[in-house]
Amino acid sequence: MPDLAQLLAAEVPLSWYLILSVILFVIGAAGFLIRRNIITVFMCIELMLNAVNLSFIAFSHKLKMVDGHIYSFFVMVVAAAEAAVGLAIILTVFKNRETLEIDEVSSLKL
Amino acid sequence: MTETVFFYCFAALAVAGAILTVTMRNAVHCAISLIASLGGVAGLYLMLHAEFLFAVQIVLYIGGIMVLFLFVIMLVNLEAAARERQFHRSWVGGLLCAGGTGAMLAWFWLRGAGTLRLPPAVQPTPREGGNVESLAMVLFRDYLVPFELASLLLLVAIVGGVMMAKKRI
Amino acid sequence: MSEWFSQPWLIPLIVGACILLLSPLAVAFTVLLERKVLADMQARLGPMRVGPQGLLQTIADAVKLLMKEDTVPAEANRILFRLSPVVTFFTAATALTVIPFSGRFQVTDTNVALLVITAMSSVGILGIILGGWSSNSHYSLLGGLRSGAQLISYEVALGLSLVCGVMMANTLSMQGIVQAQMERGVWFAFDNFGLMLIPTMIFLIASVAETNRAPFDLPEAESELVAGFHTEYSGFRWGVYMLSEYISMFAIGSVLVTLFFGGWLRPFPNVAWLEIPFNYGAPVVIFGGFGLLCFYLTRKQPIRGYALGLAGVGALLWVAALVFLIPAFNREAAPVFWWALKLVTVLYLFIWLRGTFPRYRYDQLMNVGWKVLIPTALGAILLNAVVGMARAAR
Repeated sequence: MPDLAQLLAAEVPLSWYLILSVILFVIGAAGFLIRRNIITVFMCIELMLNAVNLSFIAFSHKLKMVDGHIYSFFVMVVAAAEAAVGLAIILTVFKNRETLEIDEVSSLKL
Repeated sequence: MTETVFFYCFAALAVAGAILTVTMRNAVHCAISLIASLGGVAGLYLMLHAEFLFAVQIVLYIGGIMVLFLFVIMLVNLEAAARERQFHRSWVGGLLCAGGTGAMLAWFWLRGAGTLRLPPAVQPTPREGGNVESLAMVLFRDYLVPFELASLLLLVAIVGGVMMAKKRI
Repeated sequence: MSEWFSQPWLIPLIVGACILLLSPLAVAFTVLLERKVLADMQARLGPMRVGPQGLLQTIADAVKLLMKEDTVPAEANRILFRLSPVVTFFTAATALTVIPFSGRFQVTDTNVALLVITAMSSVGILGIILGGWSSNSHYSLLGGLRSGAQLISYEVALGLSLVCGVMMANTLSMQGIVQAQMERGVWFAFDNFGLMLIPTMIFLIASVAETNRAPFDLPEAESELVAGFHTEYSGFRWGVYMLSEYISMFAIGSVLVTLFFGGWLRPFPNVAWLEIPFNYGAPVVIFGGFGLLCFYLTRKQPIRGYALGLAGVGALLWVAALVFLIPAFNREAAPVFWWALKLVTVLYLFIWLRGTFPRYRYDQLMNVGWKVLIPTALGAILLNAVVGMARAAR
């Protein structure tokens, strides 16, 4: 059986994956902090989770353990649950307020 | 050589998708850029011998969560929002915070690059049959309670979603 | 020259090229089959004009589609409008690459092949949703939204019924699944004292919904939504949507065949004395019978050219039947023949369903998906797991 992964044997050092993970995380964090649209903010959260998953799996590959895979598996489960509830909340907010700008939904602000 | 080229391709896809997600005006375009970014990361998973997570990433993220996002974007009318200003009033502060985080992580990496001592590989990777079997063994033996808790979390999410969507219960 | 034939990339390359080149042709004849069978069910003749008995009708249709003007709505999102059919086609064709056509003919087999197929079918949803959204038309948007909701809902039932089959096979690799059925000596559909028939039926129903076919063709319900998500598409792009819809039918049908009906195995794969009647007899009877039918129909053709053409087709079928008698060829071709026969049966079943059942209403569709199929599939997993473990322990 020709293994797909054997063709792409990873000789790339661990640190490259970590740097990439940091870059993705920072881009996600920047988007989370500066965007106004709630949906885009939500997407940036997914981006950050994904960056963290990448470093989990890179470490897991380096250490030859599957525990990292399991952590990122749980992160994905949490992301799915969060997306379901979060998007339902977004729909309700839009129904009640007709807007999705994050600085206009500020009733709880003092 | 080949793996380096593949790494650069997937990394470029992931970073370009991420940047476009943050900067695009139209929410649908943001979602598509995010899909590209997730696809790039999925390719990196494949390079790291995580075939199962590669498939889960595509099924769950691209096929599930992003379709849900597109769904919501189409249900809410965002045409007015696309014409307004896209960035928060205090975007300078946000950018500074994100940059600070990045600088901090980079500093840790630069200072700690030589000192990181990873323990030697504990278990030889069972390569024959791929990692699906070994993943299942660990997941259902060592992580059974977290697994059940995750299913409980999903149940809560389902109930929450139904509660939000229904007008009257 | 001889080292060329032993290269590991040779068979994948040839099979991949065959998939790309032959699948449009196969789609053309599946469409023809569909029109003919539906016509027969409705006591009509169906297409009869182009070619003998209308054999070339869909080829003519394809040429017409290629020459049609390609319009893009003025307010449409141009890039996405052009990209969406490509996404749908690409994912459908990629799903075909992990299907085993026989023990040897396959593009590739990975250890997550079944997941690759589900992944591709779930990415294919994006092409439909984005196509509906980018057309900037209400009908398209509603069709796309309906389609998204329907496909996500039924994908859950589909995945849960796949779990039963994977549990029996202990692997996610498609060849491994076929091997497991060979070792057990029974197709998974009839395994576990017939309990596996429940997930088989669930998979069948959910796959009809996944491929957007009647009675679950809500996304393109023509009496409600004009044509659903591809209302604004015309010419070649519309053709690409149609093509990928049928190719995904092939892919899903092949998964059904591989996981539950033995893939490329002949019936009763462990009974050795049945090899002669099944591997030699069945192709000869089927090809020879259709050849005979062609010769019979030549007498009814209106013009001589058609009669000659049909006679040629009949002669070709007889040649195919004779070629199957060569043992060296038969050994390689018989598994492909069995796979194709099973797939055609499944496709016929899909067409039959379309000709028989009226379309579901949208809320009925969702009720069936969430309140019937998913709980039944969960129950089937539990039941099959318990029974399978009891059998293994005995």
